[in-house]
Amino acid sequence: MKIYRIHALICAGAQCLAAGGNGFEEALKNELKKHNIEEEVCVVETGCMGACQLGPLLVVYPEGIMYTNVEAKDAKEIVEEHFLKGRPIKRLMWKKEGKEEFPGLKDIPFFAKQTKIVLRNCGLINPEDINEYIARNGYKALAKAIVEMKPQDVIDVVKESGLRGRGGAGFPTGLKWSFAANQDSEEKYMICNADEGDPGAYMDRSVLEGDPHSVIEGMMIAGYAIGANRGYIYVRAEYPLAVRRLETAIKQAKQAGLLGKNILGTNFSFDIELRMGAGAFVCGEETALINSIEGKRGEPRKKPPFPAISGLFGKPTIINNVETLANLSVIIDKGAKFFKQFGTEKSPGTKVFALAGKVNISGLVEVPMGTSLRKIVFDIGGGIPEGHTFKGALTGGPSGGVIPMEFIDTPMDYESLPALGTIMGSGGLIIMDETSCMVDVAKFFLKFVVDESCGKCVPCREGTKQMLKILERITSGRGQKEDIDRLEKMGKLIKLTALCALGQTAPNPVLSTIKYFKEEYLAHIIDKKCPAGICQFSALKEGGKKHEAKVTH
Amino acid sequence: MEKTRYPQVEMEIRKWGSKPSSLIQVLHGTQERIGYLSQNVLEYIAERLNVSLSKVYGVVTFYNFFKTQKDADHIIMTCMGTACYVKNGEEVIKAIEKYLGIKMGGKTSDGKFSLRIVRCLGACGMAPVMCIDGDDIYGRLTPEKAIEAIKRYQ
Repeated sequence: MKIYRIHALICAGAQCLAAGGNGFEEALKNELKKHNIEEEVCVVETGCMGACQLGPLLVVYPEGIMYTNVEAKDAKEIVEEHFLKGRPIKRLMWKKEGKEEFPGLKDIPFFAKQTKIVLRNCGLINPEDINEYIARNGYKALAKAIVEMKPQDVIDVVKESGLRGRGGAGFPTGLKWSFAANQDSEEKYMICNADEGDPGAYMDRSVLEGDPHSVIEGMMIAGYAIGANRGYIYVRAEYPLAVRRLETAIKQAKQAGLLGKNILGTNFSFDIELRMGAGAFVCGEETALINSIEGKRGEPRKKPPFPAISGLFGKPTIINNVETLANLSVIIDKGAKFFKQFGTEKSPGTKVFALAGKVNISGLVEVPMGTSLRKIVFDIGGGIPEGHTFKGALTGGPSGGVIPMEFIDTPMDYESLPALGTIMGSGGLIIMDETSCMVDVAKFFLKFVVDESCGKCVPCREGTKQMLKILERITSGRGQKEDIDRLEKMGKLIKLTALCALGQTAPNPVLSTIKYFKEEYLAHIIDKKCPAGICQFSALKEGGKKHEAKVTH
Repeated sequence: MEKTRYPQVEMEIRKWGSKPSSLIQVLHGTQERIGYLSQNVLEYIAERLNVSLSKVYGVVTFYNFFKTQKDADHIIMTCMGTACYVKNGEEVIKAIEKYLGIKMGGKTSDGKFSLRIVRCLGACGMAPVMCIDGDDIYGRLTPEKAIEAIKRYQ
């Protein structure tokens, strides 16, 4: 193996690429060539490093120095000063509150305060080279599972680890598997849900792009445990880079004999196919996703029967989320006890959050379950931009709710969040400051649901539309005193009666904002004022006329 | 009447198999090759996969990605995910609408641009974001930066 003096890791996550990472890499390689040190410096394109807001990012080893916002024109200086003379470029280094620079990666709170299990390889290895994954103990857990363990042992370890589904609901993974494992069927299916539709969440995207083999290995372990020989990855069409990297990873695993017939000389055979979504949020729901793989409209099915009993093509099927699967090889390799030392008793392990919105450093953050929102926003995310104050955090996207300032010390886990009226969701975490209007936020999510409702059941199709109409009335200054009651009543009814999780959770953002920010609703309705200055009431008279005209019509 | 054969569709059918469950993948591939899904193409696919035309039509209209009419040369997808919303993505959209003289969902009269909303491109760290022609992502947008980017495609 070749020994390099310097490793230059360039983030090739989608966001850094979009920020101009491509041009920088070319410039860097040109400079290396010019100074004839191509043989001394290994340039690696890695997956997402997490600090997406400061991209394009470059990390230089052995020192572990991170450069932020690098541009093509910086390449010359980096090569001549740092690579040749050993003098790091201070002006490009990550700086503490914009002033003093941090000496290395481990000194930057954004990284130092995270615990990485799922993202263990993201930003470290080249996702398009299976050997780099294997060098990081990749496929070791698969070998252990299929050679040394019985399927039931695998299920027992996962049950013991307490791993819960990271897609949002937090159902115990091992328990779910046992339902399908107990089914007597020649054919079973293992599906990876990579239809990350929550607007404002991109954890799964980063794992798929940065460490696709961890997902493939997880699927194979799960497939072995439940007795499936075929797996599908259902991935959003909006993620073309993830699709390409998955295709490469599957191809390489097949060539290496890690996918296909009689894997590692055992009786276990497993194959994986990719299926592209086509832009429908509801397809993240298990049964809608199954319909979509079958080539049908992505409408949810009635449950029971649950997919574990009768799923894809009527066969027992397990569907796990990307992040859930990426945890598996660590659990099998290092054991349930190792995994349980992170997180809380009922929610072990870590959670990846996509931190975005009005926060200083937005990006991907992995922390132990139960970490407080304050720590994530202020210690890791660097707080709220100067001159602004924290107002609330949105979790769970269109299915979730808001966490106001008074609950900022709440531990983020599967028990505490529902107690506040929100949900963990898949990990989208949007921070808002005083310039966000809570009524408008509720309207934003409801509009999303109205657009994305599949229309199969009445409560979701019609109910959300009526709720949206009321919110539109309120935000244009035509709200009525009874509207808050109406919203609550209708919201509760939809929660009780909708067919699938999309509809059952659709009223959450409205109910949650009413719960914590009722005074803002009242300000809109009674004072005809938007405290955040978002909603425009100027067209009040005209709007009122229009409304009347509609009624008489 | 003799039916037209569509070699592009045939290539997709060979790849995915002539079975009903291949429908969405065949539609994807066909659209990528031909650009949109005309009624003739849909009829052809229905027959070859042994699915009724009404079912094919149901699928095509269910998913946002499929188009039954020829689209503009360049498709601008402005992100309206939560992060982009919180970071004033709406202002960017308004500026683009004004610049192109079209409304969201519309197409310019010269057929050059169409404007659509996408629900999260997963690039929230760079919000607000837009994507042109499926592959080019532009982030940290201001109204000026967005228009500057669009000018490159004119």
